[in-house]
Amino acid sequence: MTGRADAEQRLAWLLCAPAVLAMLVVTAYPVGYALWLSLFRYDLRFPGERSFIGLDNYLTVLVAPAWWQALGNTLLITVSSVAVELVLGLLFALVMHRALLGRRVIRTSLLVPYGIITVVAAMSWRFAFDPTIGFVNALSGLQGAWLAERWSAFLVIIQTEIWKTTPFMALLLLAGLTQVPGDLLRAARVDGANALQRFFRVTLPLLRPVIMVALLFRTLDAFRIFDTVFVQTRGAQGTETVSILGYNTLITRLNLGLGSAVSVLIFLCVLAIAALYIRGFGISLSSRERS
Amino acid sequence: MPGGTVSGRRERLLWGMGSILVVLYALLPVAWIVSLSLKRSADLDDRRFLPQAFSVEHYQAVFQDPLFSAALWNSAGIAGIATLAAVLLGMFAAYAIVRLVFPGRRLILAAALAIAMFPPVSIIGPLFNMWRTLGLYDTWAGLILPYMTFTLPLAIWTLSAFFREIPWDLDRAARVDGATPLQAFVHVILPLVTPGVFTAAILVFMFAWNDFLFVISLTSTNEARTVPAAIAFFTGSSQFQLPTGAIAAASVVVTVPVILVVLFFQRRIVAGLTAGAVKG
Repeated sequence: MTGRADAEQRLAWLLCAPAVLAMLVVTAYPVGYALWLSLFRYDLRFPGERSFIGLDNYLTVLVAPAWWQALGNTLLITVSSVAVELVLGLLFALVMHRALLGRRVIRTSLLVPYGIITVVAAMSWRFAFDPTIGFVNALSGLQGAWLAERWSAFLVIIQTEIWKTTPFMALLLLAGLTQVPGDLLRAARVDGANALQRFFRVTLPLLRPVIMVALLFRTLDAFRIFDTVFVQTRGAQGTETVSILGYNTLITRLNLGLGSAVSVLIFLCVLAIAALYIRGFGISLSSRERS
Repeated sequence: MPGGTVSGRRERLLWGMGSILVVLYALLPVAWIVSLSLKRSADLDDRRFLPQAFSVEHYQAVFQDPLFSAALWNSAGIAGIATLAAVLLGMFAAYAIVRLVFPGRRLILAAALAIAMFPPVSIIGPLFNMWRTLGLYDTWAGLILPYMTFTLPLAIWTLSAFFREIPWDLDRAARVDGATPLQAFVHVILPLVTPGVFTAAILVFMFAWNDFLFVISLTSTNEARTVPAAIAFFTGSSQFQLPTGAIAAASVVVTVPVILVVLFFQRRIVAGLTAGAVKG
């Protein structure tokens, strides 16, 4: 009996080994390596000057206004886009839930923004808001050079994010909506609850777990925003995000030491956000495994 | 539903209008970029939503550009191989996690979940340095490896969700009838999980097709540069002409496969997206 259990264990490990190995080599090891590199003065343009400097890189990053501005920008984009997405996503999900005839059409059209390459979406919106090419100014009668000024650039970036990712939110929430028992809603209706009361008192509380999971995924995803900002402003006009800052330090300026410190700080931010959701809002991710 | 009453009719009208708005909102930028790609060069600055006259000159320009053909080939090859690899490895792992009892199953699922939340920018520096040392910088393999790894969690979670639904008695019956575990898997189980494999494959492919950060960090030439990078760094056929038309045409070309996939596999995609998140 134990012989069979042993064989089963060995087979299991054999089957998991390639996946585990890949995850170790391409993510776990590089994270450790980033941690290690962040303790060195290590600029690829001056490889001879490589030396151990302890936590100096972190100090340099943390006293630089660039990091705090990038962090502030990233949080601004994250919070405003995820908040709007939640409201819009709920609306879209309700529309899909109700529109029985056109549900397939709506779902297909919503999957287009989800599937489209982010760079393409960012380009399309960039052209749309462009003062010489785009239709936005022409149709609205405004004269804005949207991407040339800080706050309007944020508006374009955030709305591109919202357009691209609301479908994900809407589809998750729709899946949650279909699990709300119709009997409960009918009972509430019989008891005299109007549509708004039924939504806020019955549907929304039942949706809470799905909403929290969707929010967690979207927040972590929005926090690493890179493509849209790169295509639309490259971080100019004070719109740099932490991912852009990390990329610029590591790949453009080839400063692996300083850039790695930025990377590690971004990683810590992501951990903090995840911890906030899991501890603070009581999302239980492990419960998903039991199903 | 009291469809005949006035309030019922008004409510339906409201939801109907809502549906139209949602569809318009979702398709607006797509329609815009298609329109832009079909304008004549002279009309690109007319700030109209629709073209005044149709022209395919930008498509001709894009397909004559060797950089773009190279990028298309790289994208298709890299995303294709990464998808095959991720689904294959994910299937092995998911089978073991669902079907076999061993310590560490939960650990693997948790590790996969951690990677799914992981910011890619945190490892591009180390990967850049490692790949230069190993000779993987600016190669297909140098992109396939991170794409495969970053989508393995997706593949493992989606496939585990599908494996859990399978009536494993069939597997047992096949083995009682003398099939080896491998035979039982290939002939009995695999046909049942094909929808799950498809779902995982589509999601993995979309990730690889979409990626921008890894490709601009880990490549420098057309050897492995994929479409998103090509579009972002387009310089156009002549230096003096803004490549707006070419960018728009290239964007449309790479969006067509996405739309086809969405049209044919929308149920699979939605099933995959919601597999983990909803069943609490």
